[in-house]
Amino acid sequence: MSDTAAGLLQLLVLLVLLAAAWRPLGDWMARVYTAEGHWRVERAIYRIGRVDPDSDQRASTYALAILAFSFVGVLLVYVIQRVQGFLPLDATAGGDAKGAVDPSVAFNTAISFVTNTNWQSYVPESTMSHVSNAVALAVQNFLSAAVGMAVAVALVRGFVRSRSGRIGNAWVDIVRGTVRVLLPMATVLAVVLVACGVVMSLRTGITLTAADGSTHAAAIGPVASQEAIKELGTNGGGILNANSAHPFENPNGGTNLLEILAMLLIPVALTRTFGRMVGDLRQGVSLLAVMTILWGGMLAVIWAAEAHAPAVTGGGMEGKETRFGIPSSALFADSTTGTSTGAVNSLHDSYTAFGGGGTLLNMLFGELSPGGVGTGLYSILVIAIIAVFLAGLMVGRTPELLGKSLGRREVTCAAIVVLVMPALVLLGTGAAVVLPGTSDALTNSGPHGLSEVFYAFASAANNNGSAFGGLTVTSPFFQIALAAAMLLGRFLPILAVLALAGLLSAQPRREASAGTLRTGTPLFAGLVTATVVLVSAITFLPALALSPIAEGLVATAQIGALP
Amino acid sequence: MTSSVLTPPSGTGTPPERAHGAGRAVAAGAFRPRALLEALPLALRKFDPRVQLRNPVMFVVWVGSVVVTVAAIVDPSVFAWLVAVWLWLTVLFANLAESVAEGRGKAQADALRRTRTGTVARREDGTEVPATELRPGDRVVVEAGMTIPGDGDVVEGIATVDESAITGESAPVVRESGGDRSAVTGGTTVLSDRIVVAVTAKPGESFVDRMIALVEGAQRQKTPNEIALSILLSALTIVFLLAVVSLQPMAVYSGSPQSLVVLVALLVCLIPTTIGALLSAIGIAGMDRLVQRNVLATSGRAVEAAGDVSTLLLDKTGTITYGNRRATALHPVGVPDDELARLARLASLADGTPEGRSVVELCAERFGLPAEASADEARAEFVPFSATTRMSGVDVAGPDGTTVAVRKGAVASVLAWLDEHGAIDPADHERVRRIAEEISSRGGTPLVCGQVAGSRALLGGAIELSDVVKPGIAERFADLRAMGIRTVMVTGDNPVTARAIGDQAGVDEVLAEATPEDKLALIRREQKGGRLVAMTGDGTNDAPALAQADVGVAMNTGTTAAKEAGSMVDLDSDPTKLIGIVEVGKQLLVTRGALTTFSVANDLAKYFAILPAMFAALYPQLGLLNVMGLATPESAILSAVVFNALIIIALIPLALRGVRFRPVSSEQMLRRNLLIYGVGGVLVPFLAIPLIDLVVRLIPGIG
Repeated sequence: MSDTAAGLLQLLVLLVLLAAAWRPLGDWMARVYTAEGHWRVERAIYRIGRVDPDSDQRASTYALAILAFSFVGVLLVYVIQRVQGFLPLDATAGGDAKGAVDPSVAFNTAISFVTNTNWQSYVPESTMSHVSNAVALAVQNFLSAAVGMAVAVALVRGFVRSRSGRIGNAWVDIVRGTVRVLLPMATVLAVVLVACGVVMSLRTGITLTAADGSTHAAAIGPVASQEAIKELGTNGGGILNANSAHPFENPNGGTNLLEILAMLLIPVALTRTFGRMVGDLRQGVSLLAVMTILWGGMLAVIWAAEAHAPAVTGGGMEGKETRFGIPSSALFADSTTGTSTGAVNSLHDSYTAFGGGGTLLNMLFGELSPGGVGTGLYSILVIAIIAVFLAGLMVGRTPELLGKSLGRREVTCAAIVVLVMPALVLLGTGAAVVLPGTSDALTNSGPHGLSEVFYAFASAANNNGSAFGGLTVTSPFFQIALAAAMLLGRFLPILAVLALAGLLSAQPRREASAGTLRTGTPLFAGLVTATVVLVSAITFLPALALSPIAEGLVATAQIGALP
Repeated sequence: MTSSVLTPPSGTGTPPERAHGAGRAVAAGAFRPRALLEALPLALRKFDPRVQLRNPVMFVVWVGSVVVTVAAIVDPSVFAWLVAVWLWLTVLFANLAESVAEGRGKAQADALRRTRTGTVARREDGTEVPATELRPGDRVVVEAGMTIPGDGDVVEGIATVDESAITGESAPVVRESGGDRSAVTGGTTVLSDRIVVAVTAKPGESFVDRMIALVEGAQRQKTPNEIALSILLSALTIVFLLAVVSLQPMAVYSGSPQSLVVLVALLVCLIPTTIGALLSAIGIAGMDRLVQRNVLATSGRAVEAAGDVSTLLLDKTGTITYGNRRATALHPVGVPDDELARLARLASLADGTPEGRSVVELCAERFGLPAEASADEARAEFVPFSATTRMSGVDVAGPDGTTVAVRKGAVASVLAWLDEHGAIDPADHERVRRIAEEISSRGGTPLVCGQVAGSRALLGGAIELSDVVKPGIAERFADLRAMGIRTVMVTGDNPVTARAIGDQAGVDEVLAEATPEDKLALIRREQKGGRLVAMTGDGTNDAPALAQADVGVAMNTGTTAAKEAGSMVDLDSDPTKLIGIVEVGKQLLVTRGALTTFSVANDLAKYFAILPAMFAALYPQLGLLNVMGLATPESAILSAVVFNALIIIALIPLALRGVRFRPVSSEQMLRRNLLIYGVGGVLVPFLAIPLIDLVVRLIPGIG
């Protein structure tokens, strides 16, 4: 079987699995977030946390809960990293103590994991102890994902409720997302991954004997458990530096496919949850269609660019695992950047100009194809609001989405969400490239160097966390600027989305009439897709022209000039 | 109190078939190119930065123009100066658009203003005071030939009033104390008789004052949708500002720093100047279209709300049917058709009521009988209708000197009268009663017609009077249904009659035996379901409902209370206009959405013009993006700037006229507008910019 045919077959299997899971998982999540009763373990958590699980919160209370929860999360993750030297299991593979994590790295990492970015400005094997990994980082892998889902569900409630102004209970949403969705799924996946050969151990290292007889110490750890939630929660922070390219994290084609599936599972199924909650399944299907078009389109771009890369044999294999080859790498790269996961099974820096540009553009769409857990759904709903606002005017009515009219305040909230990411990416990149230290931090100059900086800020502001590589980000400027981008890129949109949810919830829900612009139609899906593409194109075209586009055109011209 | 009955009439589930293209476009105001020239002085005054600040998008252009001008002075070049000039022209064109829109109302305002000056009011005690000193509650006497000094209600007397200054309608109207025709407007003239008016408006807040402010657009406030759109446009402007600001460091990093002139040119081309320049003109023009239809809205908000209306409350009488019942059929019993026609005509000849005249017209139309009374007939003695006899008719001289009495009237009364004077076949008796019942069940009114000559009584048959639904009204309702608007017919008729008329007109719902309280309750119920309601009304008892409705259109003939409660006043007092008002409201929104889409879609082509121009020197391969084949970097950038300015002028007529609006479903409308303004917006600059470049490249120093 040719590489391409195998790749297409793998894609087909992936799509079939996703399609099979879409309905039960989506319906299950809808039930999780609408059910009246509490599980016993949840009640215990509420009692310990002294929260009333039956109170219905206003947007401001909900937002405060999310912020406070995340702030405490940052604090805990920071402290645990700083004291890991006093805790057990703090040794490298070679047996040396790792000691406390450097303050700026710990600060950056704390923000990175709480914001679901999981950008890693450190080498895990030599920096992070098993305790830090399991108690600080893996816990945030669950909680930051649960926060994203909670915010998305709160926004959906804004559409569902009429004249209420209340959007649910943040504590209940976080707890249920963790207990009823993420924990069971992660447990099952971790067991399956172990069965497929992913490492799971509390030992810090093993000794390997290489083919030439020399011995090496290889770091191992509780990988499988973290690997599962790393993909399911669209987190992406690996326990090993090579991330999902490492055979201990991702040993074979089977685990590779499983990990891709895990990344896409929840964001995709949330469209069904949305349709179920608003009582019109077609609404969810049309959003899923938009995500699929964007994800599929970018997959085609990345795959084609890599497959046709100018190399002596086999296309652009630089930076890719021979275990996976081009199709599986392209599929992984497209999914990890389309879902804000940021796990990698190949080095995006080594991709061709257009292939790497594809992964970059995937993030610049605003992480909604299908986006992170929860963040994808709320991001695409915000874009839908913008699209409906213009389209709604064009049918001669005050624009409305799902029976909620979009007035001054709703549009302001949506505009803030849409503005934050480009502002962070463009200003961050702009500031970074003129700083004198940047050229030293870069391995490449010219358009590819610009791509590296551009990618770093796009990854941070979109809470993706994947690194293009080639850029040393340990300087104070990058540590702080990227942390700021992660923090603002996560919480400013969340605040605006929750405010939006409150505004929508307070409105009466209007019945649809023949004069209302119907959503949940192919025309609507096309409109939202066009809005995503047009908005990101006109925002980022100048910057892209100087980085991947220039690089790609120059490279193409050079090849043309070859004898 | 009567109980109201809500009955959805049967047979209105599916809209009737309509021929393709049967929809009508909203009437368009003509645009004269000369208007641009006339608006120039006003447009120049708008260069004041304080004026520009109100429009964030154009303010950015204004600042950009200043920056480029300074840059051109510091480092002069043909290119820099040309860009500066065209940026200023962009601001000017935006100002022109607004000025032209404002200018259209100006002439009308001037005419109105003349009605106010120099009016003197005479109090009841005979003292005279200037009209401007009148306060609410003052009572003034107005006699024939005098101008009414202020808005108020007639409290004594009756007079004919010439309201042409306000309505443009030359036929005088009657205004009398009490009832629903008591309101008078300052500036109108009393033609006959004498009335005492209690002033209701404070000076400066009268109807005419409001109207002047309105047509001049002086107190124009941004409407909710306009504000929401402005926010979106501001957000887009910020995005582009960021894109351009961050571009310079990246260009520096790449080794090709850009000049300030080029960066400003890029920024101005990207921000949504087209819609930014035309936004307020669209709003003013929307109000103006209403004024042209003789409808005054108290705020732009009301006009916009009209576009959102999903339920229309329409009075049956005057809106759906002609005001009066008309004879629509003759049902002879025991006599030939033409014999009944002869009798019916005779009985109605001297009857001056609308019903009576309609009988004569029907006979003339169907049986060719003369519509006017002959000399003989004119001598006949008219027996008027009375509450006791419940019939009317004529007594004519018979051939042998006897008197022949012809009567028409209520079924029971005429039959009793006939029985009294002669024998009637009981079978005919029964037949005519059955016909009468059928007519009633159809919503009509039966009259029986008969003749008594000596001792011989002759039963002619029944005349059917019915409400006649205005022609074309059913099609309009079908259009409304396609647009997602439900129609509710409100009438005081009984449910059976109401449903019959409702079925004929094709309304969605009927509110029969309606009291003002019922109307109010219906509006509240609709609003609770999240629907916006529009209604018309004229009486004082309509005022609460008018105030409750989202769009309340008061008739100018109505009371002051009604006019104050409503959000619009229809000077022609034509309730049918409500439908047109809805269309104007929708058109306003469509125009804004369409031009925004067009404006944003334009950006793609501008990038293809400007980006290769900026960076082809650095990366020659980026020249591939120059798909339009523009001559030089300077000509490319200048062409984009020129296009950006000219498109504003080109779209002014569209902004003023409004995008063509057809009553079709939202899906169809969106598809159509996306195709024209979205896809069109992407393509137009790809065609226009190269054409402009053909000219621009001839300029020395550019090409």
